Amino acid sequence: MTKHVPLTINGVEVRAPEGTTILTAAQDAGIYIPTLCHCPDVSSQGVCRLCLVKIEKRRRLEPSCRTLVEEGMVVVTDDAEIEQLRQVILELILSDHDFNCLLCPKSGNCRLQELVTHIDYNERRFNRFEHVAKELPIDTSNPFFNFNPNKCIHCTICVRTCNEISGTHAIDMAHRGYDLKVSTFANKPLKESVCVSCGECVERCPVGALTPKKVEHPTREVKTTCTHCGVGCGLYLGIRGGAIIRARGDRENPVNQGNLCVRGRYGHEFVDCHERLSFPLVRAYDEYAQASSIVDEVTEKGKPVTAPLVKREGKFVEITWDQAIKYVASTLSHYKGDQFSAISSAKCTNEENYLFQKFVRVVMGTNNIDHCARL
Amino acid sequence: MKKPAPRESSKSFKIDSPESLQLFKKSIVAGESATGKEVVICCGSGCMSSGSEHVREAFVSESKQQGLEDEVTIKRSGCRGLCVRGPIVVVDPDDIFYQYVTKEDVPEIISETLLENRVVEKLLDEDPATGKKYLHEDDIPFYKKQKRVVLKNCGRIDPTSIEDYIKVDGFQAVAKVVSRMTPEEVIEDIKLSGLRGRGGAGFPTGIKWETAGNAPGEEKYIICNGDEGDPGAFMDRSVMEGDPFSVLEGMMIAGYAVGASRGIIYVRAEYPLAVHHLSTAIAQCADLGLLGRDVMGSGFDFEIKIVKGAGAFVCGEETALIASVEGRSGQPRPKPPFPAIQGLWGKPTIINNVETLVNVSRIMLNGAEWYSKIGTETNKGTKIFSLVGTVRNVGLVEVEMGTTLREIIYDVGGGIPGGKRFKAVQTGGPSGGCIPEELLDLPVEYETLANVGSIMGSGGMLVMDESTCIVNIARYFLDFAQHESCGQCVPCRLGTKQMFKILKDITKGEGNPQDINTLFYLAEAVKAGSICGLGMTVPNPVLSTIKYFRDEYREHIHEKRCRALVCRSLISYHIKEYKCKACLKCLQACPVDAIIGAKWQVHEIDQTKCVKCGTCMEVCPSRFSAVECVSGQVIED
Repeated sequence: MTKHVPLTINGVEVRAPEGTTILTAAQDAGIYIPTLCHCPDVSSQGVCRLCLVKIEKRRRLEPSCRTLVEEGMVVVTDDAEIEQLRQVILELILSDHDFNCLLCPKSGNCRLQELVTHIDYNERRFNRFEHVAKELPIDTSNPFFNFNPNKCIHCTICVRTCNEISGTHAIDMAHRGYDLKVSTFANKPLKESVCVSCGECVERCPVGALTPKKVEHPTREVKTTCTHCGVGCGLYLGIRGGAIIRARGDRENPVNQGNLCVRGRYGHEFVDCHERLSFPLVRAYDEYAQASSIVDEVTEKGKPVTAPLVKREGKFVEITWDQAIKYVASTLSHYKGDQFSAISSAKCTNEENYLFQKFVRVVMGTNNIDHCARL
Repeated sequence: MKKPAPRESSKSFKIDSPESLQLFKKSIVAGESATGKEVVICCGSGCMSSGSEHVREAFVSESKQQGLEDEVTIKRSGCRGLCVRGPIVVVDPDDIFYQYVTKEDVPEIISETLLENRVVEKLLDEDPATGKKYLHEDDIPFYKKQKRVVLKNCGRIDPTSIEDYIKVDGFQAVAKVVSRMTPEEVIEDIKLSGLRGRGGAGFPTGIKWETAGNAPGEEKYIICNGDEGDPGAFMDRSVMEGDPFSVLEGMMIAGYAVGASRGIIYVRAEYPLAVHHLSTAIAQCADLGLLGRDVMGSGFDFEIKIVKGAGAFVCGEETALIASVEGRSGQPRPKPPFPAIQGLWGKPTIINNVETLVNVSRIMLNGAEWYSKIGTETNKGTKIFSLVGTVRNVGLVEVEMGTTLREIIYDVGGGIPGGKRFKAVQTGGPSGGCIPEELLDLPVEYETLANVGSIMGSGGMLVMDESTCIVNIARYFLDFAQHESCGQCVPCRLGTKQMFKILKDITKGEGNPQDINTLFYLAEAVKAGSICGLGMTVPNPVLSTIKYFRDEYREHIHEKRCRALVCRSLISYHIKEYKCKACLKCLQACPVDAIIGAKWQVHEIDQTKCVKCGTCMEVCPSRFSAVECVSGQVIED
């Protein structure tokens, strides 16, 4: 059982478990502390300096996202001095941000926008600042998301995510001072880097610097399990107009805790693909020849094929599952041992794969079983 | 960097106990030449750049020609401090101090001083007021008010010779510490001495050591911070170049006190001579068994490695330095945890400045009590300053703590040359504040300087006279700050950028009345909001100049006038019609053909073409003085 320590935040007595930060303690107590670079999933860096708070008996203002609670601590999260500091910092961030909000895909969901409504700013001072519109090229090389460095606020959440959650280390902060920027190794486009396009950074970017290429908003979400591999990550599929347009990880799911890989996050287009194969293909030489014309009709209309089909002279024939299985079983019985080999799918569950290899080894009597490993 | 060659003489000999150190010292003294004639040529970076290496070569070849090779020793030394008068040559044993020596002077010095024992008068230092000549170093006013504790050996010993160092009581402190004291006693002594870190913040060294000593962990590190990045500062550089053994000795003592067996010297790659001398010194120590396993038979192991920094100013900050040593980019991290608990590779690490470590070896040699008598109540010992700017004696000075700024600038520094008025002094490099004339009687201490909005820093001291524009100086330092900020935290990365922009506008005459206020808020935010010491101090030049020189800011903003005639956009050159003799000099010299006129036709400057380079003013004969530079006034013709 973790010990709870008492402390005072803004004159309110709160108790927080030992080892939590002031920021978390305050949030739990319903006290708002603005922050940009804090992300609960990764370690704290304390670089945005918006969450600075006053702690009694400390010489300087401390970042609440990095300072742990101590017994009897007296914290002030907001007073004239802190407010002044936050205003200046916010003005500075805005002066370096390409705030073309109306055209920004992140608009409405942007933490910087949210902060502007919370923290006042001095318009005259802000206008005096140089709006150094950096015109850095937008990296569109990745097939799933774009990186716009002109909107980047250098919070380093993406870097920390890449290091701590994905473990890919594809990006880091490069250069110094005002030239500081998120960069891949040798400043190559993302596609040429070791980036695995998992999109975890895109998910966490507080502003519009990292945005998915498809920015449609879903009208409803469906909770489901990812079909790409046997891990079984939980995800929410966003639906709009009867089509899947987005996927996001299910944070409550114990398997993936909200994280997804590139396939789970971006690989859902196959569902509505007219080339999709949702049936077993069997090469057959029998009496179903005349059925081929029916199948031609089906594929030409672009309807998804929902029943099993038999291939005949380069054409598909619709049959029932029972027929298909019977057909496969009767064909299999002609073969034995090393005449036979099988490849199973990563899209099956562990149990299915287990059963299949058991079948191959015991029933068919061969070790020629392999797996496609990834999709 | 080429590796220093292994030395033949001491290859077999090892110093394995304090007694053998004494024996070694005796054998060196016994082996000296009988005449004791020595020519010591300063080969510090300052003298080197004014040609001391040529002077040395001339001495070697000339003494060979005159057949004096065996009688006279010609030796290199580190910096003597009076860099402006370089190259400096001292002839021993009479201790005759020659300045501005050129290679043409060498034959005269040899024939006069070395052979005939006569002094070459023209190379002596002369008092500008009385015309009095000074023969010895100690007589020269520049050295009189100084107290050389750290720089004791600098300029006296050959920095590449361990024998020279051992002769002046080198390694006696280590011998004493490892053979007769426990680590706790050493820490206690350092605490008693009152030594405070010379890197700038003035944290008590003893307490830092105690923390690291008590921190759990088998492996600990000592890092010597030789990343001196302030423009115009060369204290640590001179010490590392001129007396590298004292630095190593201090590190060994620190290592013994906290239980570390590894030392790292972090030095800028821009200091090749320092790197060379340090690596030579390490190799020589290792040869003699002074570094390595079982130092002087005490069971204490210590080794030292050099890590070269890539020249980022922020790497002088200890956590950024650690990041750099670890191979990451030099970005500071918030403290706590302090490096003394969790430093290099997560192990307890002591990071001390070069000067602090040399102080340590002096303290352990002479005793804590001796040291605590130097300086003031809360600031013990001495401090080295690199005195630069518009001051007569540009160079390296070491004064007792508590000496006033006026004494340093006027008595040691010799005052402002060219009959100009003093305007301000900036202490502590680009992070320091500008201190005006009315505060010159301030004693130099960590606290007093902080109280007036400046810092001690590592010891830069930039003297400015009335021809310096204070707004332009603030702009200059902010430009440095914005380039050197690591960029990690918002206030420092963007705050310095915006402050620089506003200051630039003011110097261009585009400032608006709100600017002083905006600058003030920005500076305060950068100071309060930044992660590391760099951000906390870089607004100092802005804040202090606003505080002490607000009038000058106002003149720039409201009157568009730069009283020092520095800010180009605010000045204009103008030819006085009644003085111009139409001599064509300026007309021909003007690089942009901005001067209209002809023979017999009074010249006039076309302001639209003028680039304000000042050439016309320079070439106008002084008997005419027809060109004048004005700012903020209407020119009437």
